[in-house]
Amino acid sequence: MILVYLILILMAGGVIAWLAGKNNPLLSRSVSLLSVIFDLILVLVIYWQGSEPNGTWITEFSMSWIPAFGIGFHLALDGLSLLLLVLTYFIGILAVLISWREISYRTGFFHFNILWILAGITGVFLSMDLFLFYFFWEVMLIPMYFLIGIWGHENRIYASYKFFIFTQASGLLMFIAIIALYIIHGHNTGLYTFDYQELIGTSMTSGAELLIMGGFLAAFLVKLPVVPFHSWLPDAHTEAPTAGSLILASLMLKTGAYGLLRFVVPLFPHAAEAFAPAGMILGVAGILYGAILAFAQTDLKRLVAYTSVNHMGFIVLGVFAFNEMAYQGVVMQMIAHGISTGALFIISGQLYERLHTRDLRKMGGLWEQVPVMGAIGLVFVMASLGLPGLGNFVAEFLTLTGVFKVNVLYAVLASIGLVIATMYSIRIMQRVFYGKRMADKPMKDLSFRESFALGTMVIVIVYLGFFPQAVINTAKPAILNTLNSSGQFQENNSRKGNYELSEEHLNSSKPTKSKNNAR
Amino acid sequence: MEAYIGLIPGLPVLSFLMIVFLGRIMSRRAIAIIAVGSVCFSAILTIMAGISFINADSGGTAFTSTLYTWMNAGGFSAGITLKLDALSLVFCFVITFVGALIHLYSVEFMQDDEGFSRFFAYMNLFVASMLVLVLADNLLLLYLGWEGVGLCSYLLIGFWYKDPENNNAARKAFIVTRIGDTFMIIGLFLLFISFGTLDIDTLMQQAPVQWHSGSPLAVISALLLLGGAVGKSAQLPLQTWLPDAMAGPSPVSALIHAATMVTAGVYLIARTHVLFSLAPAVQTLVAIIGAATLLIAGFSALNQHDLKRVLAYSTISQIGYMFLALGVGAWSAAIFHFMIHAFFKALLFLAAGSVILLLHEEHDMHKMGGLRKSMPLVFITFLIGGASLSALPLITAGFYSKDEILWYSWSSVMGEKWLWLAGIAGALITSLYTFRMIFLTFFGELKIEPKHKPGILMGIPLAILAFLSLTGGFIQLPENFGHVHLFSNLLNPLFPDVRFTGEALPEWLFQVISAIIALGGVWLAYHYYYKKRTIPDLFNQHRLNDFFYKGWGFDWLYDRLIVKPVEWVSTINKNDVLDRIYTYIAQSTLFVNRLLSRSQNGRLRLYALVFTAGLVILLTIMLTL
Amino acid sequence: MVTISMEIQLLFAGMIFLIGLVGFLVRRNVIFMLLSIEIMLNSAGLAFVIAGSHWMQTDGQVMFIFILTVSAAEVSVGLALILQMYNHFRTLDADSISKLRDKKVI
Repeated sequence: MILVYLILILMAGGVIAWLAGKNNPLLSRSVSLLSVIFDLILVLVIYWQGSEPNGTWITEFSMSWIPAFGIGFHLALDGLSLLLLVLTYFIGILAVLISWREISYRTGFFHFNILWILAGITGVFLSMDLFLFYFFWEVMLIPMYFLIGIWGHENRIYASYKFFIFTQASGLLMFIAIIALYIIHGHNTGLYTFDYQELIGTSMTSGAELLIMGGFLAAFLVKLPVVPFHSWLPDAHTEAPTAGSLILASLMLKTGAYGLLRFVVPLFPHAAEAFAPAGMILGVAGILYGAILAFAQTDLKRLVAYTSVNHMGFIVLGVFAFNEMAYQGVVMQMIAHGISTGALFIISGQLYERLHTRDLRKMGGLWEQVPVMGAIGLVFVMASLGLPGLGNFVAEFLTLTGVFKVNVLYAVLASIGLVIATMYSIRIMQRVFYGKRMADKPMKDLSFRESFALGTMVIVIVYLGFFPQAVINTAKPAILNTLNSSGQFQENNSRKGNYELSEEHLNSSKPTKSKNNAR
Repeated sequence: MEAYIGLIPGLPVLSFLMIVFLGRIMSRRAIAIIAVGSVCFSAILTIMAGISFINADSGGTAFTSTLYTWMNAGGFSAGITLKLDALSLVFCFVITFVGALIHLYSVEFMQDDEGFSRFFAYMNLFVASMLVLVLADNLLLLYLGWEGVGLCSYLLIGFWYKDPENNNAARKAFIVTRIGDTFMIIGLFLLFISFGTLDIDTLMQQAPVQWHSGSPLAVISALLLLGGAVGKSAQLPLQTWLPDAMAGPSPVSALIHAATMVTAGVYLIARTHVLFSLAPAVQTLVAIIGAATLLIAGFSALNQHDLKRVLAYSTISQIGYMFLALGVGAWSAAIFHFMIHAFFKALLFLAAGSVILLLHEEHDMHKMGGLRKSMPLVFITFLIGGASLSALPLITAGFYSKDEILWYSWSSVMGEKWLWLAGIAGALITSLYTFRMIFLTFFGELKIEPKHKPGILMGIPLAILAFLSLTGGFIQLPENFGHVHLFSNLLNPLFPDVRFTGEALPEWLFQVISAIIALGGVWLAYHYYYKKRTIPDLFNQHRLNDFFYKGWGFDWLYDRLIVKPVEWVSTINKNDVLDRIYTYIAQSTLFVNRLLSRSQNGRLRLYALVFTAGLVILLTIMLTL
Repeated sequence: MVTISMEIQLLFAGMIFLIGLVGFLVRRNVIFMLLSIEIMLNSAGLAFVIAGSHWMQTDGQVMFIFILTVSAAEVSVGLALILQMYNHFRTLDADSISKLRDKKVI
């Protein structure tokens, strides 16, 4: 039941915030903040109560919804979704905090949108029924469209349309795939259901499997985003208000990664393996292409947006490596990237509030005026380029080592991406905080609220860099389950490599078969 | 004792954090005390650890201290484990001791600077990272320190951030070293895949078991690690960042770009020497790189105007000697030269820093002169440092360390005659440019009056380092001088002995030749730069000088080959050519819309016509089917 | 009486329909368009009567009365609209009234 509350509190809070917002914006902000804090506390309680793994889930909730079509209201939480939910609410709190002063137009509706997006994201991370999953996927989408379209910057209409059409179209392809899967499963077993547990292991012809997986991939690859379907991202991120960019970058992109791990790999093991070379190429392409493009931008938010393309390339690359190390890296990257890129967006937003520009050519030498912001910016810029001691390094190291086991060439190419990442990260520091002063308005340094928000993020990213074990341990059962239920990926290391390695040293990543199976 | 090892890097970390968070409310004095004090305490702890280590030592034992497991995922495990053995002891000693002296010097050097607390925060973080680097017992932790020093180097080179030139220099340093780092991380991947661990001891034991000498994987992994070393140590082909890094304050140049960070490459190769021994081709490559670099940098140093740039190229050149030593298998000789070099190079940079600071930020040697009388302490210490650098015989420590390398480069099994030749030619050039520097700066007529004499906080470090530059050599005297082997005894358990080729010429011959060469360089410098005789045209061609001045054209080459193409690629694609696909789709949809909306022209008769046409078609279909 | 076959009768009705249709398409004056519609309606009614006479039932002629009623109603509404059109636009040209056309919206 607690899982349902997570969603309900957000939805109810959103409605209340909307109603309150007409007369009292402060009340609506407070309601919104309280709802998310409450949800964060709930999730942390679940985490600390620990899990008696009576199966794969920490908690589960199931209720039948539309039995005629086999649709159930089935939610479940495991280590992976737990980590992502903690991230969701943490970022949610930050989103509300940083738009405290920024949004004064239709505040109630704004917070309604934020909370419903968070509710949609929560639902996506918890759903175990494919129809329900699609439902929440769409719930995420529409409030974000409003968020960009109403409170965004100059080019917001174009950006919101683009975002909407890309995501909706790919979502519809996924819906068709879901229905196809439903029908095939029904043909095979006579049981027409949308339930995730039931659908694992559906046997289908390899052509059908490839096509249906393609439908799911369409939605997730667009969301991640993967080159060449990424072009909604720069516009959406640039034109969205700061809270919107934050939620978009830190959370919504992760739903794509989550979808790959939760749905694509377990439901379509053979097709995923067949697609893996192409998937890895797309990952590498994303890493290199995103980095080069980031380097060229003059708009700060656009630059950070392309860094998202770059970092998510690591995730795609890691997912198609099919081993435990790479998956640990992928999970860590989801969290670390959420924090570091989120922080960079927050800083861009704060700069925009002070300077009313995002143009790098108009900034420079700001360290003098805003040293605290500069120092925090330095931390996250370093995180972005993968400095050890911060969370992103752990993620990238684990991912690349996992990929290296499977395909040396792609790991090497991805490592080249690290150099380009250095280039664009340094560019941010140089253009914004160092150099000659361009603007002549005096600037205020961070207020308490802002430094509190950013400070907690610094603490988290440093913590992840030096003590990643908590995250690794939480994610481990979920990852092992994904690898197991996808069948034959226990000893995947003897797949393509560009040269032969001695056998005994490839056994180091053998995952243990979990005793309690998903069925 | 082992429990305290963690404090050696830990104290600077603590002081870094204190300065970062509390720096606003602390007085300058307090910041200075904390910053300098933490490094001093680390130095004391190192010395204590060293004493107890030497006393307890009977072979290759080491003090180990594990803090916790850093990460453990998917079969990979790495801990935050510090290990103090002879090699890391030497490095720790240099880092903390020389570091403490430099911190002391900086208190006076930076006293007028507004970024006082920021400076010491970065310096402490640097010392901490460097200590982690040398104390790490696994390669991943080493990489943490490696990148940490890279970060601090970036921050400190670009310390005076208002000037874009400084920022560009910092950026260049960071990116060039990052290229090296990328090679290194790929090497780490390879090592992990092959051995399942990154623990250095395990690797060094397993490597000979699994890989035979000359096996391709050994060669590749050694090459990759060499790539990392070359980047950090500013050797060919990644040496271009170091001369520009002189944009940072002089204490930074002394600490980072002379004594410690740039020697990280030397440390890495020494630490993983088993790997290099398994790939003799790569080891020879190390020697070749060292020899080539020392010559190239030497020629460049000869043509510089900027005082610090001479020293920068000199550093590149001296590290070339260390690489040369590593390449011929003279491991402890390389480390010995590292230690002595740290002393005299730091001394030279600090003294140069005093000169520049007190001459109102003048860097050009040709505008200086006659400082011998007005800054006597600086002159004497600079002279001592320069003498040590030129390896003047018998009295300077540099003589003993450089001479050892030169001897081994000839007589070691892996040595080559022409490597020695390169080394000896380099020695000539070294003493030539060094004394050119001294004569131009300190002799002749006084052109700029120094602001005031340097204070005691600058003076003490200069004096101590000068003393060490003279006496440091006495702990390792060659065979024919008294057979003192303190240093190599310390390091011996770690490294295999140097093997000699059959034809061993007597050592005194080499020493005499080195001495003659060194003194010859001094005489040449005296002749041309003091007596101001004109240099013969053969050696003074303008274009050649210009070529050397610009660092043999490497900057130009890299600019053409890499920088401009990358910039071009990124600029033409700034608006993302892939976006055009979607814009195209959107526009074609709009086009179809415009086309079809012509049929809604509001004219009644057209509608009727369309009805009729549709009717006819339908009827036809119905009637024919 | 000469019996005319049903096909000829229906053909006759069809031709009248066609005359009406062509008249509608060709004419620009709305009153003539209305006349043509009348002709078409009448031809439809004629077709019904023919069918009724063929099957010997009165339903055909009943339909014809329906059609007459419908056309009367429709003509009155149409004429009223034409009057309004004339008042507003001062013309009876069907082509000149295209205010409901699709302008470029996007």
